[in-house]
Amino acid sequence: FVFSQAVHSALRSFRFFSGCTFIKTPTHVEAGKVFPLCLFRLSLKSILNPHRAEKVTVHFVNRDGEKITVKGSPGDSLLDVVINEDLDFDGFGACEGTLACSTCHLIFDEETYKKLGPVTDEEMDMLDLAYSLTDTSRLGCQVCLSKSLEGIVARVPETISDIRQSKDGSS
Amino acid sequence: MSGHRLLSSRLKLWTSGRSGWMSRLHEGLSGCGRASFSSSNPKICVVGSGPAGFYTAQHLLKARQDVEVDIYERLPVPFGLVRFGVAPDHPEVKNVINTFTQTASHARCNFYGNVNVGKDVSIDELRRAYHAIVLSYGAEGNRSMGVPGENLPGVYSAKDFVGWYNGLPSCRELTPDLSCDTAVILGQGNVALDVARILLAPTKMLKSTDITQPALDALAQSRVRRVLIVGRRGPLQIACTIKELREMVNLPDCRPEMVAADFEGVSEALKDVPRPRKRLTELMLKTALETPGEKEQERRSKASRSWGFRFFRSPVEVLASGGRAAGIRLAVNRLEGSGDGAQAVLTGEVEDVPCGLVISSIGYRSLPIDESVPFDSRRAVIPNSMGRVQQAAGLYCSGWVKTGPTGVIATTMNNSFDTARSLLEDMDSGALDVSSTRPGSQSISALLAERGVKAVTFSGWEKIDDVETRRGEVSGKPREKLLTVQEMLQVARS
Repeated sequence: FVFSQAVHSALRSFRFFSGCTFIKTPTHVEAGKVFPLCLFRLSLKSILNPHRAEKVTVHFVNRDGEKITVKGSPGDSLLDVVINEDLDFDGFGACEGTLACSTCHLIFDEETYKKLGPVTDEEMDMLDLAYSLTDTSRLGCQVCLSKSLEGIVARVPETISDIRQSKDGSS
Repeated sequence: MSGHRLLSSRLKLWTSGRSGWMSRLHEGLSGCGRASFSSSNPKICVVGSGPAGFYTAQHLLKARQDVEVDIYERLPVPFGLVRFGVAPDHPEVKNVINTFTQTASHARCNFYGNVNVGKDVSIDELRRAYHAIVLSYGAEGNRSMGVPGENLPGVYSAKDFVGWYNGLPSCRELTPDLSCDTAVILGQGNVALDVARILLAPTKMLKSTDITQPALDALAQSRVRRVLIVGRRGPLQIACTIKELREMVNLPDCRPEMVAADFEGVSEALKDVPRPRKRLTELMLKTALETPGEKEQERRSKASRSWGFRFFRSPVEVLASGGRAAGIRLAVNRLEGSGDGAQAVLTGEVEDVPCGLVISSIGYRSLPIDESVPFDSRRAVIPNSMGRVQQAAGLYCSGWVKTGPTGVIATTMNNSFDTARSLLEDMDSGALDVSSTRPGSQSISALLAERGVKAVTFSGWEKIDDVETRRGEVSGKPREKLLTVQEMLQVARS
């Protein structure tokens, strides 16, 4: 118990010092592969205390314009939320959050977009292949929830196709 | 923190969530177990088990609680280009297999591998057995360059080369000669960049992928040190995407070798282009023209290999020496017009590039499957509107055979969903009559048995998968693929 408390406070102070690290550097690059850093946090946190973190409310607007309100845990990516809540956005997250497609493309209003923090080149590269790309687009797998994002609205674009211009059609 | 561990724990998370609607459907059907052959449910057959086939099946199964979908595949193993096309160092892209596996495990879905539609069973026979057929057999042919010398030893199609390193049984004996210094790839799409990357990547980058062992051994012995990637038009018309370009730029032990003159006027033209093309071009400009920082300079100077684009060039002839490829003659083009629609026009000038390996990567091409199915041989697609095959009620198509061979898996996903929607609409409107009972796989199985064809079921594939995975473990790979149909069949039936 003492150990877990110690780790927990260490984790909190880490977050404090780094000023919401997981938002500013949403990805962890290792050997050319990119993984959302929040995954690491998520697992560590859930081991320590699954009920501790207060849930964050997220409103998704689906392709039919319908608003779906769900809650996710801080540290979860928006793709995690879609999966955990079993939201039915056809084809969403085809590569399972590994930054290899753009099917978890979400659109935000400008104010929210600014709160989401900077975007890595690798995420931009994938976003470039997203259909109906906007200046306030992000990939759901790279946006991690935090309390400051309480009540955000994420719109699922009408179609999630990649528009990769490839003339020969590789992956 | 190990990336692999993260990924696998992530997968579990994913599977548990994603299977939601599937498991609900399973529960709904658990009373009757596997869908019965004699049911009066609408029966649909899908030809081809690549992404197009699986995504079409997924959408059909999800949208209606009564349709039964049978997927026929020529090879004993499923997943098409996800297994045989996607580069071995792009394992993330192959995650779609998890979703496909859930679809295949669905109570109303069956997989029949090792059945060659058009040969073992005709389209007409399928039409009699099913209410509808979805053709999603892809693009197995390739466009040829049409230049003298293209059949010389040392000249390969990218399709075959990719098939070789990915374990496509028909390409097993390609054994390309990699004893030369320079390779020239014609075409600048993502397949071309995949091939360039595989040729130049340090072996240690590939040895933990599912690349075949013979290919890995050959690449380890390869003497290819320089790869030129040739395109007819200019930097603003390049077909590859930025992810693949960035991988080339960051490839260890490899430096870019560009021609600065190719980029004249390019940055001025960038103002009005859309963001994806702009970012792609900016990365090229940076790589080609900017003086790199100290660290990058050092990296480049130590690199033992190089790669580069060659723009405004078309192949004229593969030059021979001693009966094999020794170079390529390229025509020098200039551009007429600008942007995507710019045309390459010959200047009359030619240049010869010495090289021992020529790989043409100018596009895949669909082939007709059966004379009863309309085929547009000029565009190499099945003529269709929204996935409905023209003048052939009950026939549908999805994937590359519908659209032509462009786009990534997500593109195919959307066009397959579209085809499924068309089919469902026709079912609802009565345009597709599903009122009469059809025998489905029951009658096809009987026909196949008569003809001595033994289908491989999905559990047969799972045995292959299991053997491959275990073989891979020994060498630290995700899998070691079985390389012949015979071996696959043996394992599937064990």
